[in-house]
Amino acid sequence: GPLWERPLLEVRLGELHAWISTCSFSPQGLLGAMQRAWSSYCAKYIHVKQGGPAGISMLLAGYCLLSYGWNYQHLSKASWGVSS
Amino acid sequence: VLHTTRPLHTTQQSLAPVPPLPEKGGEVRHGLIPEEFFQFLYPKTGVTGPYMLGTGLLLYLLSKEIYVVNHETAAAACILTIIVYAIKKFGPQVAAFADKLNEEKVASAQAMKDEAMQTLQTAIEEEKKEQWRAEGHAYLFDAKRNNIAMLLETNYRERLLMVYNEVKKRLDYQVAKQNLKRQKEQDHMIQWVEKNVIQSITPQQQKESIAKCILDLKALSKSAHAAV
Repeated sequence: GPLWERPLLEVRLGELHAWISTCSFSPQGLLGAMQRAWSSYCAKYIHVKQGGPAGISMLLAGYCLLSYGWNYQHLSKASWGVSS
Repeated sequence: VLHTTRPLHTTQQSLAPVPPLPEKGGEVRHGLIPEEFFQFLYPKTGVTGPYMLGTGLLLYLLSKEIYVVNHETAAAACILTIIVYAIKKFGPQVAAFADKLNEEKVASAQAMKDEAMQTLQTAIEEEKKEQWRAEGHAYLFDAKRNNIAMLLETNYRERLLMVYNEVKKRLDYQVAKQNLKRQKEQDHMIQWVEKNVIQSITPQQQKESIAKCILDLKALSKSAHAAV
């Protein structure tokens, strides 16, 4: 299909610039993009007849990474012997 | 006013039936990384590509101290070991339990649907029966019409009879009245004649007739004596 209707995974590297220029960065656009991303993730990994641990574990791993990233400044100053 | 000529539900768009859920979710390797990543790297690096990438990334993070090893690392390692062990051991049981719950839900919904279908089917049967019964109404109405016709006929004949009787009574009355009148006139005339005759019998005539009668009687007695 046309460029702006394709999901991100199907966009080639060369077309990435053009693709970014077509997506809307208004609050509605961003909200809509987040909504779509979340609903596609749910539809693929959670709303299935036989899901495994993968659906939630990926969310937990992402949360771990995100919290590590947020706390990196604090963690990098950690001094041994004092709990961080 | 419902325009029954307008067709309903002609387009393909409809909310029911809802398409069923997919059987299995997206493939995920080691519980963390989706399969698409491995497929993405396969054409360029083969099978071991993503693992090499992972190892290199891990060493880089550790050596550059982007990932700091502290007491939390030990805690995370222990917790992860326990979690993996628990999933490997109790995974199938939990899955079976969840499947059983799902089965029950689906079975109850299916039962409701079957019941609804059954009731609708019986309703259709009943409806057909009622339609068949409605055809018999024609016979019923014919019988009723015959009854009414007979009632009307009977009523008409009764009234004819009544008319006849009434007229006859009136005519009889007239006839009786005439007879009575003639009778009375006759009686009256006879009486009048008798009265006049009795008046006309003068005492002289009476004596003469009585003497005649006595003579006749004597004559008769004589003849009777002679006969005996």
